[in-house]
Amino acid sequence: MTTTTIPVYTKKDFQTDQEVRWCPGCGDYAILSAVQSVFPELGIPREKFVIVSGIGCSSRFPYYMNTYGFHTIHGRAPAVATGLKIVHPELEVWVATGDGDSLSIGGNHTIHMLRRNVGIKVLMFNNRIYGLTKGQYSPTSEFGKKTKSTPYGSPDRPFHPLSLALGADATFVARSVDVFQPHLKATVKRAAAHKGAAFIEILQNCNIFNDGAWESVVEKEVRDDHIIALEHGKPLIFGKNKDKGIRMNGLELEVVQVGNGIAEKDLIVHDEKNENPAYAFLLSRMDSTPGFPTPIGVLRAVEAVRYEDRIAEQIREVTAKRGKGDLAKLLQQGDTWEVK
Amino acid sequence: MGTITQSPPGKTREILEKAVIRFCGDSGDGIQVTGGQFTNTVALYGNDLATFPDYPAEIRAPAGTLPGVSGFQVHFGSTEVFTPGDSVDALVVMNPAALKMNLADLKKNGLLIVNEDNFEAGDLKKAQMTSNPLEDHSLDAYQLFPVALMKLTSAALKDLGLDAKSVDRCKNFFALGMCYWLYNRPLDSTYRWIEDKFNKKPLLIEANKLAMKAGYAYCEATEAFQVSYEIPPAKLEPGLYRNISGNTALALGFVAASQQAGIPLFLGSYPITPASDVLHELSMYKDFGVMTFQAEDEIAAVTSAIGASYAGALAITTTSGPGMALKTEALGLAVAVELPLVICNIQRGGPSTGLPTKTEQADLLQALYGRNSEAPIPVLATATPGDCFWVALEASRIALKYMVPVIVLSDGYLANGAEPWRVPQPSELPAFPAHFTTNPEGFMPYSRDPNTLARPWAIPGTPGLEHRIGGIEKQDGTGNINYEPLNHEKMCRLRAAKVEAVAQEIPDVVPAGDPAGDLLIVGWGSTYGPITAAMKAQRAKGRKIGHVHLRFLNPLPKNLGEVLKRYKKILVPEMNMGQLVMVLRAKYLVDAQGYDKIQGKPFRTSEIEAKMEEVLA
Repeated sequence: MTTTTIPVYTKKDFQTDQEVRWCPGCGDYAILSAVQSVFPELGIPREKFVIVSGIGCSSRFPYYMNTYGFHTIHGRAPAVATGLKIVHPELEVWVATGDGDSLSIGGNHTIHMLRRNVGIKVLMFNNRIYGLTKGQYSPTSEFGKKTKSTPYGSPDRPFHPLSLALGADATFVARSVDVFQPHLKATVKRAAAHKGAAFIEILQNCNIFNDGAWESVVEKEVRDDHIIALEHGKPLIFGKNKDKGIRMNGLELEVVQVGNGIAEKDLIVHDEKNENPAYAFLLSRMDSTPGFPTPIGVLRAVEAVRYEDRIAEQIREVTAKRGKGDLAKLLQQGDTWEVK
Repeated sequence: MGTITQSPPGKTREILEKAVIRFCGDSGDGIQVTGGQFTNTVALYGNDLATFPDYPAEIRAPAGTLPGVSGFQVHFGSTEVFTPGDSVDALVVMNPAALKMNLADLKKNGLLIVNEDNFEAGDLKKAQMTSNPLEDHSLDAYQLFPVALMKLTSAALKDLGLDAKSVDRCKNFFALGMCYWLYNRPLDSTYRWIEDKFNKKPLLIEANKLAMKAGYAYCEATEAFQVSYEIPPAKLEPGLYRNISGNTALALGFVAASQQAGIPLFLGSYPITPASDVLHELSMYKDFGVMTFQAEDEIAAVTSAIGASYAGALAITTTSGPGMALKTEALGLAVAVELPLVICNIQRGGPSTGLPTKTEQADLLQALYGRNSEAPIPVLATATPGDCFWVALEASRIALKYMVPVIVLSDGYLANGAEPWRVPQPSELPAFPAHFTTNPEGFMPYSRDPNTLARPWAIPGTPGLEHRIGGIEKQDGTGNINYEPLNHEKMCRLRAAKVEAVAQEIPDVVPAGDPAGDLLIVGWGSTYGPITAAMKAQRAKGRKIGHVHLRFLNPLPKNLGEVLKRYKKILVPEMNMGQLVMVLRAKYLVDAQGYDKIQGKPFRTSEIEAKMEEVLA
């Protein structure tokens, strides 16, 4: 048996010589930096990483990562990545995508890749706008939002991306924020460790076409009251003074003031391993009710068979049963006759 | 029961060179099974043959109605058979609707076997008939044999205690047994099939065998049938033969290609008629390491294959016209990233949903040109069911050698039609081991092989070759994003030159028939059979005719222009509105004329013959 030593990498090893062409101040820089910092720490040879992307600002990501990279066509990255993963299950395949790429034109591939639990990690940059085409509304834009293509306000009801992922029975569902570097890195690391499909929604600012996309959630003055950081096994507590909590009231969530007879033990204790996705689903959309915080961190992390492993297993099983295929026999199968 | 060598007492046997039989009835009558079994039996006997299964798009249209009629035609002979036959010698009819839809194709004085149990007033009404043709003398021009198929089957099976529905389902085997008597064929291969098919239902094995045997015995006993027929085996090239349909041959061709290339086969596909059988077939061959992915849609089917190709597999996708349209953008990506890929379009009638179960060859221009911008792709077409095997191999070889996507055009007629196929030994197949680049020294993702212009295939997981590819225009060599005007022109011309270089793989065209003369027929795809048969017949009448059948539609063979000039006239029969003829006229400035048929049906030999006579008149 030979042991291969994995080189000690630094962030620099994952940077390319290509000039980064995102707008100055774009949230994508922070995401790139977080990923370039995490990959060297994973103990995986660099040649095993493949970044696959579709179309959009976020999809330029592969050009800036010194790994294998494939910049494909609009919306199709999960399908290209699935083919890659079936042939080489041992590769670390990451998809960089945006809200338009993954939820609009590529929505079908996103849900089916998650449903199958292909071992692909999706970094979904959500800036709630089409940036590369210069400012049309996206499937996550707010109802009534005025954009270039909706001068009188968007008539569309937006997707909750995490609800969609959970609806597709994704086994790993998380959210982070471009400007929360330590949290983002930790979340990316968690996704890397997950065996099946991982979906991370990254709240990202587009300072040119949708500046302040997440202002009401992530601004310094409001974030403590508007965000709840989920931690497995810990009660759902948030607020500047750590005095607000979330508990169940029938089938609904309820925000409560801790104290005055309500103790921590009355609150929901976060369980990302809950097999029933209903709980995570409640969390994924609670912030559409006023007064509720936006959850970040890992909403769901459960184990399931990876698609590509099952395919490989079937091939092994059938081959073990029938023996390795013999072409001459295959061509002659069924009724044959000899012409002399 | 073995081959009968003597005619039964009191009956005569005629020796024929060829015969055409058609089974027709409701799509629920087991017509395709009956036809398939008859085909297998005559194939095993050693006849050359061609088949034409023709079934409705609806799985079960209302029983007894005109849209629900399904048919299966077999042409078998002791000499070479090129087509399923223009007209029918024997027609087996299960109900009035089937009679109405098929009678026109029966030769005068042909055998007409009719299930008379299905000619009640209600059955006639469903077929929109006002009088009973079995009684009104409208069938006097044929040898009519009304047979009480249901009553006779039911009598034969009365001791089995089977329910009425199951008994009814055996009547097609009674009819099949009759045909085996008529054409003097053994029952044993169908016995084996029945045993295999119903291996967990012994009662059904017995019932179907009994029904078939009863049909055979009925003909022998009844005075109605006085004559049976004998078609001696054909003289085919020596070797081991099997009967094969186009879709099976295509599937086997790709398994063989993967073995010859030494890399695993990946199929990304989405169910679509008439291509799905390739997916069904390949999903069985896991012992060959074949990976099949039934994708969520046509786009994922092709893009997953592109991902698999990037990973180093022999990647293919299979579809028909509407699916081909959806894959278009991804084909452009495959052209831009220069990865090997084979796309099979099993053509059907269009536009839109069109005629899903009927044949057509109207996607040629789509294959040649149907992409945004300059995105040339080599295009190959299959000529016969067995040829699908060889085209699958050749398309794979070209894709891997030149690092290009390759389109294969088959069609519904070839996909479902069958012919005897000489089984090749693996040693007869070309070997084309795939080569992956592993040396990081001087590696550039878009460096080129001087002969093929192919770029290196550097698969993820290879240390030191980390690089990025994508659909954005890139600089030759480095593969870096590049928007410069002259670079774009260079890259467009390079991609085109690469496809043109494939012409060095194509053997010079040698016309069948006369090497020069009055008329050249140029065909492609499944028109091979009727053109060949028509040409033979016309040359026998002393006409100077040549036939070129193109396997490569892009690039075209190098000497084609010269060959075209050797004939006074050029005729291009196609099951479309004149697509290849347009290409030939544009490229070679020749006065080729088209002969189009777009009826969802293959050409008849007689149609092509008549056209040849008209052109030569």
